[in-house]
Amino acid sequence: MTLSADTDAKLQSYAHPARLVTTQWLEDNLATPGLVVLESNEDVLLFHTGHIPGAQKIDWHLDLNDPTTRDYISPEGFAAMCAARGISRDTTVVIYGDNFNWWASYALWVFSLFGHEDVRLVDGGRAKWVAEGRAMTTDVEPVTPSEYPIVPRDDATIRAFKEDVLAHIGNGPLVDVRSPGEYSGELLHMPDYPQEGAQRGGHVPTAKSVPWKRAANDDGSFKSADELRAIYGDEQGLQDGDEVITYCRIGERSSHTWFVLTHLLGFENVRNYDGSWVEWGNAVRVPIEKPSA
Amino acid sequence: MSNALPPRLQAIVDEFAEVDRTERLDLLLEYSRDLPDLPERLQGVELERVHECQTPLFVQTELEGDAVHLFFAAPDEAPTSKGFAGIIHAGLDGCTVDEILSTPSDFASGMGLADVVSPLRMRSVGAILARVKRQLMERTAS
Repeated sequence: MTLSADTDAKLQSYAHPARLVTTQWLEDNLATPGLVVLESNEDVLLFHTGHIPGAQKIDWHLDLNDPTTRDYISPEGFAAMCAARGISRDTTVVIYGDNFNWWASYALWVFSLFGHEDVRLVDGGRAKWVAEGRAMTTDVEPVTPSEYPIVPRDDATIRAFKEDVLAHIGNGPLVDVRSPGEYSGELLHMPDYPQEGAQRGGHVPTAKSVPWKRAANDDGSFKSADELRAIYGDEQGLQDGDEVITYCRIGERSSHTWFVLTHLLGFENVRNYDGSWVEWGNAVRVPIEKPSA
Repeated sequence: MSNALPPRLQAIVDEFAEVDRTERLDLLLEYSRDLPDLPERLQGVELERVHECQTPLFVQTELEGDAVHLFFAAPDEAPTSKGFAGIIHAGLDGCTVDEILSTPSDFASGMGLADVVSPLRMRSVGAILARVKRQLMERTAS
């Protein structure tokens, strides 16, 4: 049982309007059966200071990543994570988060690896909901666990590995969504985030720099379809049918751009390289382009 | 250098270690709420940023006789950083330079927080203390 899509006019201009909901739609549907709302943040405590009524927390470190291997949770782990939150295979899952929905996009992408059919983002995320003065609570409501099937994780369709990126050089567009300083190699990490650094700076040869934030408005919402087409189509020359790989530092900002390209602009072959620069910049003998080198 | 923690900090470590996972997060939230605001005289002053924290946190140390005073600033949207700072403030503010310099940077490893906050994020606790120590060493060397 899935909820009907948000019919908001702005959303209809996107390729897959059902992948987004407005804050208003969410407020109107909080009590609708079949909906589970998840908050996915960079700050692991922020949820506990207040969240959308009925929302549950999902944390990328603790809930989505395997604790041992640098990988995502297993099919069994995903099923257990969903079941504990009352999510069934046909539940409408709506995700929002802090910091321009970075980790909300990341969580949505992980749900997509497991083929969860109906998973949506809240346009503007937590910041927009709060700025609009909508209800927040610290109450955590009890959840009735559900049953979720064990489904295989599809690592081929929307996920790229280092070998895929190597093979992609010269054969298809690579989009580097990091800051300009990281792209040029002057910075080994995102400004102010040194703990996830790399041995080497620069970018994957042939990758174009399109910082993720170009797709976002200041209030955290996505730019209009026309504005996005102007950036990724007219300016960057991405065309229908292109096989695109996005990357950043650890895969969260590039899931934001992956969402934009896949669901807002309708590109059918976009993969997110979640190993990203933390893997590439530490890997032995992979090619790196660095303008100053 | 002794590895014993200053008594107030040891009490906080024990407090965390004794409660279950959910209560640990609640405790961290309490420390984040109890972190004092920057005094007016430091507002607008450029403070050292703790770059190792995922969310913004700024730290300043001052000496008053033998006692060290710690000041922190962080936005309300960064409760985890505020919570870490709150623990260090509650545990170490008013201690002597020697007491702080001999506090092991991995003091938080026994708190059981890595389970609920993630090991990667726990690195910021040591980083905050390391920056406090470095400021104190610079202050006492000159």
